[in-house]
Formats: sequence, C-alpha cells, structure tokens
Amino acid sequence: MRKTRLLTIISLLLTAALFAADKQLHIDGSTTVGPIGDAFAEVFKHLEPELDITVKKTGSGDGAAALVDGRCDVAMMSRFMKVEEFAQAVENSVMPVAHVVAMDGVCIVVHPSNPVSELTLAQIRAIYKGEIKNWKELGGVDAQIVPVSRDTSSGTYETFHGIVMKKEKMADMVEYVNSNPQAHSRVKSTVGAIAYVGLGFVDSNVKSVSVNGIKPNRKTIASGVYPVSRPLYLFTDGYPELGSVTHRFCTFYLTEEGQEIIETKGFVPLTDY
Amino acid sequence: MQGKVIKNKYSEREAADFTRPLLLTPAEDMKGFLTEKISRASLFTVTCVSVLAVLLILIFVLKEGLVFLKSDEAKRFLTSTEWTPTHEANPVYGALSLIVGSVYVTVTSMLIAAPVGVLAAVYLSDIAPFKLRQVAKPVIELLAAIPSVAYGFFAVLVLAPLLQNKFGMVTGTNALNASLILAVMALPTIISITEDSLSAIRREIREASYALGSTRAETMIKIVIPAAHSGIIAAVILGTMRAIGETMVVWMASGNATQIPSPWWDITSSVRTMTATIAGEMGEAVKGSLHYQSLFAVGGVLLVSTFVMNLASEYFMSRVRKGGKG
Repeated sequence: MRKTRLLTIISLLLTAALFAADKQLHIDGSTTVGPIGDAFAEVFKHLEPELDITVKKTGSGDGAAALVDGRCDVAMMSRFMKVEEFAQAVENSVMPVAHVVAMDGVCIVVHPSNPVSELTLAQIRAIYKGEIKNWKELGGVDAQIVPVSRDTSSGTYETFHGIVMKKEKMADMVEYVNSNPQAHSRVKSTVGAIAYVGLGFVDSNVKSVSVNGIKPNRKTIASGVYPVSRPLYLFTDGYPELGSVTHRFCTFYLTEEGQEIIETKGFVPLTDY
Repeated sequence: MQGKVIKNKYSEREAADFTRPLLLTPAEDMKGFLTEKISRASLFTVTCVSVLAVLLILIFVLKEGLVFLKSDEAKRFLTSTEWTPTHEANPVYGALSLIVGSVYVTVTSMLIAAPVGVLAAVYLSDIAPFKLRQVAKPVIELLAAIPSVAYGFFAVLVLAPLLQNKFGMVTGTNALNASLILAVMALPTIISITEDSLSAIRREIREASYALGSTRAETMIKIVIPAAHSGIIAAVILGTMRAIGETMVVWMASGNATQIPSPWWDITSSVRTMTATIAGEMGEAVKGSLHYQSLFAVGGVLLVSTFVMNLASEYFMSRVRKGGKG
C-alpha cells in the first residue's frame, strides 16, 4: 500500500519534470547585456509562470562557448562572434544568428574628484600600455594612475581592446576585474583609478570623461559619433522558430515594453532615435 | 576514574543487547541478511565512485596539460612572466608570474595566519576558561562556513578602500589585501587542528613539567608546543593548501595584474594567482585550443603542489596519531 503510494508520487513528479522540461529557456553570456536579459526574463516569467527561464552572466566569450556547446538557447554578447567561435559552431552544427537588441557606449570612467575630464584615444591607449603613469602628465593632480581593465573573456574588453588599444598589449600592471559592477566599485573607491564600463553602469559615483572631445550619451552613441560605441547582441542557433519562446524573447526588444526596459537599464534602444 | 566511566557505558550497552530476543524468525533473518548485503554493496559503490572521480580528474588534468607541455610554447611556460594567451597576433603563455603570484599570497597569508592561529589555539587549549573555549571553538570553525564570495566582497568593498585611504596605498586590491583575507579563511583549519594536537598531549607530560617547578608559560613553550610540533606543522600545511587553492577571493581581491612585484618585497602591488587565472579564463577558452590546454597545465602545477603538501601533512598527522608526540 505504502509502496504504491510512493510509486505514484514518484511517477507524478517525473511527469511534472517532463512537462517542465518542455518549457525551458537558458540564457548565458555578457555581463553588460545581463541587465537586459534579466529584465526580459522577469517579464516572461510574469507572463508564463510555468516557463523555466535561467539567465547566467559569465561574459561574452563564455556565452559564445555555451551556445557552441549547446549549453544555452540564447547567448548574450557585447561583441560579435569571433571567426574561431563561428568555425567551432559550424563544426558542432550550430549556425549562430545575431539579433541586435540595443546600442551601448563603452564609457571611460575616473574618480569624481579627478579634475581630468577629457582624454583622447591615444592618451587612453598610452595609459593602458603603461607609458603614462601619473595624472600630472594629463593635467591632473600628482597621483599614480591605476588602470583597471575587464578580464579577457569580457565583450567590453574585446571592444576596448579593438577600438582603443588597437589590439596592442596592455601593460603588466593593469588590474583585471570580472564584471562591470566591480570595475565601477574599483573606480568609486580609488582616487587614481581609470576603468571602462557600459553606459548603463555610469552614475554619480564615477565620472565619465569625453573621448576625442565627445561625451558619451544616448545621441552620440546611437549615431556612432562617440568613438567607443558598439551594438549589443543576442545570438541563437539559427533564426528561432517563429512563435517559440526563444523567438519571442529575441524580438522582445522591438516592443514598447522592451524599449522601455532597455532605456531604464541605461542602454540606447535601436527603434527610437 | 576515566576507565570506570567507559566501562559503565559499555556494560549498559551490553545490558541492552541482552534484552533483545535471541531467536529471529526466518523472515527477519533473511531481511537482516539482505540489508547487510545491500548496505555493503552500496557503501562499496559509493567509495569506488569517489576514488574513481579523483583518478579521472587526475588523468583529465594531466592529459590536457601534457599536450600543452609537448608544444613549442611550453619552453616559455616556466621562464616567461608574460601571460597574454588571448592576444591574436602573438599569444604568450608565461606562467611564471602566476606561480610567483600564488606563492606570494600563500606565503604572506601563512606568515600572518600561522602565528595567530597557533597562539589562539594555545590560548584555547590551555589558558581560556572552559566556557569561553566551548563558545569560541565552534564560532571560529563557523568562519570556514562563510562562502568565499562573501569574503571577496568584503575585500573589495571594505578592505580595499581602507588600505587605500588609511595606509595610502595606490591600489587596495593587491597582494596584501588577498593575503589578509586568505589568512582569516585559513585560521579555522589552523586553530582547530593545532588545538586538537595540543589537547592530545598527555596530561602527565604537563604535570611532570609543573612538578619540576616550571611556570605555565615555560611548560607551554618548552614542553607542550615542541611535543605537538608535528600536529602544528600539519595544521599549517593544511591551512596553506586552503590558501593556495582558494579561487574566488584572490580573483576579487588580488587585482589580477600579471606581474612579479618589484621590488620583490612590495606587498602592496597587485598580483595574479594560478587559480584566479583558471577561473577567469576557462569559460572563454575554446575547447582543445592551446589556451585551453595551457590552463590545464597551470592546473597541473597546482595539483602537483597541493598533492605534495597533502602527502606532507599526512606524514605529520600520522606521527601525531602514533603517540601524541613529535
């Protein structure tokens, strides 16, 4: 008697698990796109409570690797896929398709007390190459510069490395942090620090400097005038089946609600400029 | 006195055995037989699984690592301090700065944690009142239960600004920051095991010392600590392993700059450890690429060093078990 009851409970649980497995959406990737992914996922959870949706923020490179290995349905990326990643994907019969959900500027931030408010790309590059070591050389106070970079799996790093560093190596003394919030908190607490974060992470605790004379804001970023602008992507394996959860998720940025979310998270919506 | 108590306990247990029915029904007999068989088989399986898991990890890490060590890049692995594996044009896999970084924060944290831990254990085992000891030991052991990411946040948000503002360091996320946090994390291990080995020293030894007119301090420093030295060494080695294997905290607190401090005693410069490198880069490394394999080679270096330390601590621990003296 007891055994039959136990068996019934187990079989019921198994069926429930099977049904739950039917509605799953795994999202992985960029910490920059992360807030958008999180907010979209929250909306979807409200609309469809039975949907099992997970958002992991591990970095663009990790997101790409996860999509290639079939560990996620949607890869959030703050850069385009690299050639090697594409090749690896095709080898695994995965055909990456890019959905551009928003625009973002990589803002160069310094401590609010730092008098320097204008830098050129060449100056920033010299800082990260260790050629300029003191803020005095840039018209600031006599304080050592502490350059802070994102780690190499970050898409923001990739953007910065390509546009600002022109793919040249950074100096050994550059500090590495593994997320936008950490870069933000390092600059907030360190007078001599300089770092780069997505537009959504700039607030009154840090000061974003203008690059080549252009201040990063919605207009300059959307039009690409700001030198360190980039689109943010969601990657899927092929174009998602029309009407599927993945499809609705990847096109949610087109809806009014999606655009509002993108704006409140500090990014620039594509459909409104 | 003590012997009597133990004897009583056993006789109670024996008395309980006598009250059981002596004869079992065939069904009960069968049930007992099956339970015995099943529990034996399942315990055997579980043990095999854990041993197998260790072996597989060993083989996996060494296999991938050895592929890297056979490649042309391996020559610079132990000599170059430049670690730029993701650089497109010219990737360099020089793990020397990572190894030095690991050694640096581990040694520094042990220079802090070993004396503090041993002194705390001495206090707890011989000086502290019984009630305080009963409270303090579990509380200290609770330190080990705090997730390392919490320690990491403490390092970044509290300790780093403190080091910068109060001590004028250029950057607060550096070797010292990581070492301080690692020291706190290693303390429970060191205190707990040292305290155990100090308590294991027979009372007669202390009493003999007192009888010869030694003070408490003399007994402690000249008799008890030397007698427990193998246990203390084992405790410090285990603490060192905790520190060298820690990943999250060093990834957040050490600054992750791939450099060897210059001058070498500059404890306030930021360094990067082997564990932090693996944690930070494993996700992005394409499977089977040289970068991926180089991370396994770094893991192999870690594995070998902790293996050697583990053997050493086993050796010292076995000496404690053999006779409670060194």
